[in-house]
Amino acid sequence: MTNEELINKISSILPESTFDESGEFLEVNIPSSDLLTLLNELRINKSLDFDYLFCLTCVDWKEYLVMVYHLLSKELKHTIVIKATILDSMNPEIETICNIWRTAEFHEREVYDLFGVKFINHPDLRRLFLEESWIGYPLRKNYTDENMIEL
Amino acid sequence: MRGLIEENIITEDGEFILNIGPQHPSTHGVLHLKVWLDGETIKKIEPHIGYIHRSIEKMSERLSYRNFIFATSRMDYLAAHINNEACALTIEKALQIEATPRAKFVRTILSELTRLASHQLWWGCTGLDLGAVTPFFYAFREREAIMAIMEETCGARLTQNFMVPGGIMTDIHPNFQQRTKDILEQIKGKYKEYDDIMSGNVIFENRTKGVGYLSKEDAISFGVTGPTARASGVSCDIRKWNPYSAYDQVEFDEILSNGGDCYARYQVRMKEMRQSVSIIEQLIDNIPEGDFQEKTKMVIKLPKGEYYQRVETPRGELGVYLVSDGSANPYRIKYRSPNFSNLSVLPAIAKGYKIGDLVAIMATIDLVIPDIDR
Repeated sequence: MTNEELINKISSILPESTFDESGEFLEVNIPSSDLLTLLNELRINKSLDFDYLFCLTCVDWKEYLVMVYHLLSKELKHTIVIKATILDSMNPEIETICNIWRTAEFHEREVYDLFGVKFINHPDLRRLFLEESWIGYPLRKNYTDENMIEL
Repeated sequence: MRGLIEENIITEDGEFILNIGPQHPSTHGVLHLKVWLDGETIKKIEPHIGYIHRSIEKMSERLSYRNFIFATSRMDYLAAHINNEACALTIEKALQIEATPRAKFVRTILSELTRLASHQLWWGCTGLDLGAVTPFFYAFREREAIMAIMEETCGARLTQNFMVPGGIMTDIHPNFQQRTKDILEQIKGKYKEYDDIMSGNVIFENRTKGVGYLSKEDAISFGVTGPTARASGVSCDIRKWNPYSAYDQVEFDEILSNGGDCYARYQVRMKEMRQSVSIIEQLIDNIPEGDFQEKTKMVIKLPKGEYYQRVETPRGELGVYLVSDGSANPYRIKYRSPNFSNLSVLPAIAKGYKIGDLVAIMATIDLVIPDIDR
């Protein structure tokens, strides 16, 4: 499916989504509350068939956080990037997608560990790399630690 | 780690909780598996990771675009070249330049030599894990010769740090081509030896055939890549799908198998070695003359934007997701490491098998722990 067709299709599912074609892949910007609606449809709809989530991460833009999902269809060979903006950077929350792609379970734990994003309905939301008693989320831009050295 | 390791206890349901690792030879690194057992049957596995988390992603946010590449050598230390190449390609993509033809060829040859060395080490260690000592010595004989080539050209055996934005750091050593050809001849003469000792071995077959079955749907859903996924019939070779460096100029096959078990994973890797040899043979005599490095500015600043680059490491798909805010340091870097996703499938495929099978499953998934922890 070409980018044009993907845009039409996604606009019909979620009219409020905005698109960016300047990068390598087609980017879709959505509010975090609509994430599950869109991603469920992307996986289930046979004409879209995004069966492979190859990257899941988060970017801290100080005032807000952006969850980034890279999706690919093995059969139809199209790629898409979904960006869900979380406006509340103090208590970030978003729905889990590990019922759709099972790889998300581990990746979401990593994001929780390093960014502090809470995934609603995640089956096993614990820290992954750091110990449970660790204070703060290291990949957040406002993270400080008494042992950090300013270069 | 910090309260995670508990005594090996028997729960109220009669299940035995066994801690494997973090210091255990078959985990090939500091990986801790908490295993719930019913007798010898695995009920549940919980991987605990982070023992060697060095926060490479956080560190990279303070490093320049020339320096952050070299931190990646310490991720998948058996594929340092390929990690470095992924970062160099990301920067080249952002700057909209390409490496020189000579650098592209050398990069591809070095990447394939890395893959050969990595698969050799995997083959030797798999034998060792399953009770055969000889493969280890055979594999290290060939691997040692490859490491010597690396040392001569790059100055290091494991953390080569040879890739820079725009090409390679220095020109290749005068002996490089001849010594590479010698090692290829040596490996080609040993295929039969490898097969004789492992492929038809009754003990090896009994321990691997029908063990650790991974279905195609699970492989895709768990994001499994590399030989592990290809042994379940998932076509996922980045060298074929998104060719980079000189992979679009060589002929090779993507090895697929529908077995899905440990034996299929073994076969896929053994056949991949032959493909690597063939790729190097096609390139080694045709390295173009010319510059080995494209000229780049001393201080690299990437245009504002987001860039994604995927490469095929010996263990699967490595993705570099780089967010630039226009300054001289990356704003955010995410490494989508193949081992991280491959580990996530372990609890699913080991369930229901015996504790002894876990060693075979771990060996054939071929995990490198520093790549998981980053």
